[in-house]
Order: sequence, then C-alpha cells, then structure tokens
Amino acid sequence: MTIALGFLGIILVTLLGWLLKQTINVQPWVAETVGESAHHGPLGNSPKLTGLLTLLAVVTAFFALILSAYALRMELGDWIPLTEPQLLWSNTVMLIMASIVFQWTRNAAVNEQPGRLQAGLLLTGVLTLGFVLGQFIAWQQLQNSGQLITSNPANAFFYFLTGAHAVHILGGMYVWARATIKVVSGSQDVEGIRRSIELCTIYWHYLLLVWLVLFGLLLST
Amino acid sequence: MSYAAIADRDHEREHHEPQTFITKYIWSQDHKVIAIQYGITAIFVGLIALGLSVMMRLQLGFPNEFAFINPENYYQFITMHGMIMVIYLLTALFLGGFGNYLIPLMCGSRDMVFPYMNMLSYWVYLLSVIVLLISFFVPGGSTGAGWTLYPPQAILPGTPGKDLGIVLMLGSLALFIVAFTMGGLNYVTTVLQARCKGMTLMRLPLSVWGIFIATILGLLAFPALLVSAVMMLFDKLLGTSFFMPAISSMGIDPGYTGGSPILFQHLFWFFGHPEVYIVALPAFGLVSDLLSTHARKNIFGYRMMVWAIIAIGGLSFIVWAHHMYVSGMNPYFGFFFATTTLIIAVPTAIKVYNWVLTLWQGNIHLRVPMLFAIGFIFTFIHGGLTGLFLGNVTIDMPLSDTYFVVAHFHMVMGVSPIMVVFGAIYHWWPKISGKMYNETLGKWHFWMTFLGTYAIYLPMHYLGFQGVPRRYYAMGNTEFLPESAQALNASITMAALLVAVAQILFFINIIWSLVKGPKSDPNPWDATTLEWQTPDHPPKHGNWGDKLPVVYRWAYDYSVPGYKDDFIPQNVPPDEAPAGREHGVKH
Repeated sequence: MTIALGFLGIILVTLLGWLLKQTINVQPWVAETVGESAHHGPLGNSPKLTGLLTLLAVVTAFFALILSAYALRMELGDWIPLTEPQLLWSNTVMLIMASIVFQWTRNAAVNEQPGRLQAGLLLTGVLTLGFVLGQFIAWQQLQNSGQLITSNPANAFFYFLTGAHAVHILGGMYVWARATIKVVSGSQDVEGIRRSIELCTIYWHYLLLVWLVLFGLLLST
Repeated sequence: MSYAAIADRDHEREHHEPQTFITKYIWSQDHKVIAIQYGITAIFVGLIALGLSVMMRLQLGFPNEFAFINPENYYQFITMHGMIMVIYLLTALFLGGFGNYLIPLMCGSRDMVFPYMNMLSYWVYLLSVIVLLISFFVPGGSTGAGWTLYPPQAILPGTPGKDLGIVLMLGSLALFIVAFTMGGLNYVTTVLQARCKGMTLMRLPLSVWGIFIATILGLLAFPALLVSAVMMLFDKLLGTSFFMPAISSMGIDPGYTGGSPILFQHLFWFFGHPEVYIVALPAFGLVSDLLSTHARKNIFGYRMMVWAIIAIGGLSFIVWAHHMYVSGMNPYFGFFFATTTLIIAVPTAIKVYNWVLTLWQGNIHLRVPMLFAIGFIFTFIHGGLTGLFLGNVTIDMPLSDTYFVVAHFHMVMGVSPIMVVFGAIYHWWPKISGKMYNETLGKWHFWMTFLGTYAIYLPMHYLGFQGVPRRYYAMGNTEFLPESAQALNASITMAALLVAVAQILFFINIIWSLVKGPKSDPNPWDATTLEWQTPDHPPKHGNWGDKLPVVYRWAYDYSVPGYKDDFIPQNVPPDEAPAGREHGVKH
C-alpha cells in the first residue's frame, strides 16, 4: 500500500500547505469588510478547472490503489511475468501524438485561430481512437496466443489496467465529441469551445502520463 | 470573473427557473430539491435497514421462536443492515442530503457550481439503491457475506446470495461511488469557488468545514472500494484470482490459484476506515453549529476545531489495519497502526473538550435540536473511549469477535451520527419546510431514542466481556456463558423494539408539521449563519433574490456585549454592530 500512501501523502501535504496559508494568523472573530480578492486561491476563478483537477485527484487515487494491489499481488508465488505485445509501442506513440496535436489545437484556440480547430480536433480524435483500437487489438493478440485473463494474475492485472485506462480515455472522448460537434456545426460559442479544448488538453496530457507510468511498470515487471 | 460572480452566475445568465411540476420536483437541478430527494431516499432505505435489525434482534433475544428467520436469512439481514446504514443511509444523508442543502446556502451561493451533474448524482444514487433492493428478490437472495464482503467466503458455496446477490451488491456499490464522485466534485468546487463576497475560509460555519473535509476523504477513499469491488467481480464472473486463493470448496475445486484475501482486506479497509470519518466529520460540523446556536455562545476554539477536523481526516488514512489485527500481521505493523489509532484520540478529544466548553456558562436552550446535540456528546464520548480499548492489539485480540465491538461501533458511528441527523433535521426543518414541528413530540422522540439506545448498547459491552460471539445466529454449545446472558439479550431486544417504534413519533411529527404545523419565523433560533437570512422563507430557487449577501463576520457572533440582540448575522456590516472582540467577549 506504500504507492497509494505516497500519492495520498503528496495530496494531503499540498492541501495542508494551502490551508495553512489560508488560515494561519487569521482572526476569524474580527468583523471587517473583506475585498473580493481576499480569498483568491492558486486555482484562480475557474470552477471547471477546479472540478477537473479534483477529478484528476480521484482518478489518480484509483490508479495508485490498483498499482498498490499490483505490487502486493506480485509478491505471491504464482506470478508469471507477462511479455507485453510489441503493438503497445506503436499505441504509445499514437497517444503521445494525440497529446501533441491537442496541445497544438489548444494553442490555436487560445490564439484565436479558429481555422485550425476543426482539423486539430478531428486528428486528435483519430489518433486517440487509434490508440484505443490498438489496445483492443493487443488484447486480441494476447488472447490468440493463449494468454487469457484467467491464465495468471499478471495477465489479469494487464487486462484490468489497460481496460481501466481505456475507459477513462473514452470518458474524455465524450467531452471531445461535444466540443468537436460544436466546432463542426459552426457554433458561435467561441468562449465555451476554447474552455472545453483547454480542459480536454489537460485531461489528455494527464492520461498520457498515467499510460506512461502503467506502460513502464508493465514492461519492467 | 470574481468569486462572488461565480456564486451569482446563474443570475447573470439566463435564469433556469423551473416551471412545470416535473422540472421543479422530479428532474430538478435545484440543490435544495436534490437535497430533499437524497434525504427521502436515504431515510427510506434506512427504515428497511432498521426493519432488518429488528429481525436480527428477534432471533437473538428469542432464539428459534420465529420460524421465518433461518441462519441464511440472518446473515443476509446482518449484511444488508450494515451496508445500508453505513453507505446508503449515513453517507448519502450527510453528504447528499445536508451537504447539498447547506453548502450553497451557508456559502452564500445561488446553487452548486455544476447543477446538472448534481441532478445526475441523485439519479445514479437512486439507481444504486434500486439495484441494491432488487438483490433482495433475486434467486438465492441478497448477499450474506457480512458488510465487509470478505473473500473467499463471499463468492463461495455456503454463503447466501453467492451468485446474483453478491454481483448486484458490488454493482450497486460501483454505481454509488459514481454518484458520490459526481456529487463530491460539486461540493468541493462549490466550497472553493462559489463563496459569496467576504466569506473567507475561516468564516465558514463548521458544518461546511465538516462536510467539505469529509467529501475530500470520500473522493480519495471510495476509489479503494471501487477497485476492490471490480476486482472481486472479476474473480466471481471471469474466474481471475486477484483475491481468491487455491481452495477446495465443499469438495470441489473452483479453479482459483494463489490469490490473496488479505489484499482485499487492505483495499477494503483503506476505504473502510476513512468511511467512519466520512460519516463522523459532517456530524462533528453540524453538531458544533447546533451547540453554538442553542447555547447562544460562540464555538470554543474555532480555529482549533477546523484544524482538528483536518487532522482527523488526514490521520484516518493511516489507521486502516487496526481492523485487521485478527487477520495476523507483522507485530511492528500492529504497533504502528495501534499508535496512529491512539493519536487520533488527540484531535478528537480537542473537539469534545471544545464542545463541552462551548456549553460552559452558555445560555442553554434545551430545545429538541439541542437535546440531540448534547445526546451526541454522551454517545460519542462513550463510543470513542471503547475505541481506545480496541485500538490496542492485545486488547482487541480477545474482544474483536465479541459483542464488545458491536457495542463500540454502534455507539460511535451508529447512534452518534443518528443523534446528529435527528438534531440537524429538527434544527433546519423550519427552513426546509417553513413550518414548526411539535416540541413535546420531539422531546418524547429524543428521550425514548436516547435512553433506548443506551439500554441496547450498554449491556452489549458486558456481553462482549463475557465472550458472547458476534455474527452468530444461535449460541450453540457455549457453556462458558451464564444463562443470564440470554436474559440480557432478551432485554436488549425489548429495548430495540421500543427504539424502533419510537421513530414513528418522528414521522408523525413531520407529517403533522407539514399538514397542521404553525408557520415558522424565518429565523426561529436567532441564528447567525446565512441560510437563515434568505429573503424568502423557505428559500426559493436561486436562494438570494436579486442580490447576493455580503459577509462581514464569522458565524459565531452570539451574545456579543453591547449589542441589542444576542446574535449578529454574518451579513451585518461592522458599522451596524460592534465588531466582536474590541467590545470584549470578556466581561
């Protein structure tokens, strides 16, 4: 459980540091007029960004706990390391490219170059779906070579981890689809589209990071 | 956009005021309606769980008198009673119910920041409840694995509901976690981003602090339950061996290899212990506001109270293995977890002292909410002290499988939070409904519940010392137990029946109040917090009419010397009232 605890430690220390800054040397019983800037936190004024970051903390807890379980289960006698399909490498490249293209699209949205949005979003979608499809094909390859989910705990964790990651990607694709439909249909909600793209970009980078950690772990064990 | 503007944003935009009955009361995005939906659903399943406990008590008090209770049923009753009470009643009611109602009102916001997601949260919660209830009626019945659902027995033959029952249970939990996450993101974001002007973090009422920190705990702890539920579903449905060891079940090899049941226990309790505080912290917060308001005194040591809530929340993540002493562990681990467990007593004791010191020399009004709040202090100290016993490995070993543990956790996380639930419902009822309840009926409800629960749980400690095992359907060959143990069990059952029946008083009171109750004053308790200062009573959609409130002071300006009333609402500017300490809290 050290992995989960390590993650929690980081979150709690961040939270405590921030709370300390907000609360230390404050005399709550003194009545006074406080300006609007009095409680501007490091998150600025974006509820959606705050919501997204909170969600990322929850998702991180989720994956950290699976990794904890992975580390504990690996110690037991019946663990036979799995040789990962080579296809995962090209999938990884695709996910990295998706992240890069999304960043490019985001920059276009921030710099008000609406002409690039449609191409950027569609390309990101193709690359991301390509990643998910590639993961699915990797599953098929494993199945065909007789590496079933029940064959070994290492296999079970492989399917679980990659599946959980893919589900999170597909969740992000829902928001991506809404933004893309808006762009393609020529919606005038420029502000809304920009914000969706910004938040999606953060989410994509985050899931890329999660994948790199997972992939590294799978390769090394 | 400034903070106040976020709190106000619905008003700036096109107002989504609902028009029809359906958008107003069914598919509502108003946090107050969602809170009431959460509350009604939670109390409804809670009543089912209460009924299950009555069945258990009938069997224990009068063994084999009731033909419709057999060992399989008994285990199903235990399991569903525990799971419903902890998760579907208390967690949902405190966070989905009180959290939804109070956070926007106390923070001075028009609504949660993501109203649509808030609505989805309730409907997914309702779905999880429906899936849970369906499991009562499937072949084999609901699961009887105990609320901890330990593998391997949870999914092996011999345990009731080992097929559909456990699958529906795990599925329902997964849905609940999705619902909670959607709600939780809302609560956290609203507290952080949608407070009105002047509402600094250190001016928040302790209710909001308790709910806020409990939500953070929930968001970080529930994933552990999700992971374990999904992995157990895999073991059950796909035949993986995450948790299932190589085992022969009733002479048959189910085909599992080398999994670790202890791994499940780690994951489960990594969620399970913070869960105790997910229920307790909102109760701590709400009771602080009840005590302060009805004692007409500022809460003693506000900053200390806030930090105690945070410290308890943080510590609750590093004590989980104290639930696993009897599973066997490295003695150094046991020592570590015993130490952290006992350390939690420090911030908890700070809170208890501060509650008592808040009462000290206060102008105490023994109204119904106050009675329940003081009742909570009693039951919480009681349950907390037995927790100090059980936190020690050597004392836990002999007591862990006895009624002492049943008595402990019912006192500390059954009766205590329920005391606060009732106190808080009575306290905020006038705001929710606009009507007053019947004081006499409420007092009868309190005394019967308070004394009745003591009559149930105090004797259980003695049963535990004598070695009466918990989880048993019948005692069997236990010659070491005196016959009087059975007599005590019968008396506990009588008390339990009385307490169960006494809850009817609460519902009579609620219905009477709705039908015939007198209209309440907008601020019947002369309270300072923002929810009592709304322009409409009960508050309408959007909460604040045309203009958001502006906050100038903390929530505890009671009995400020030199001011004509004994309370100053948070939105009264300093020049209209003395500024607190300068005029001397000291006389």
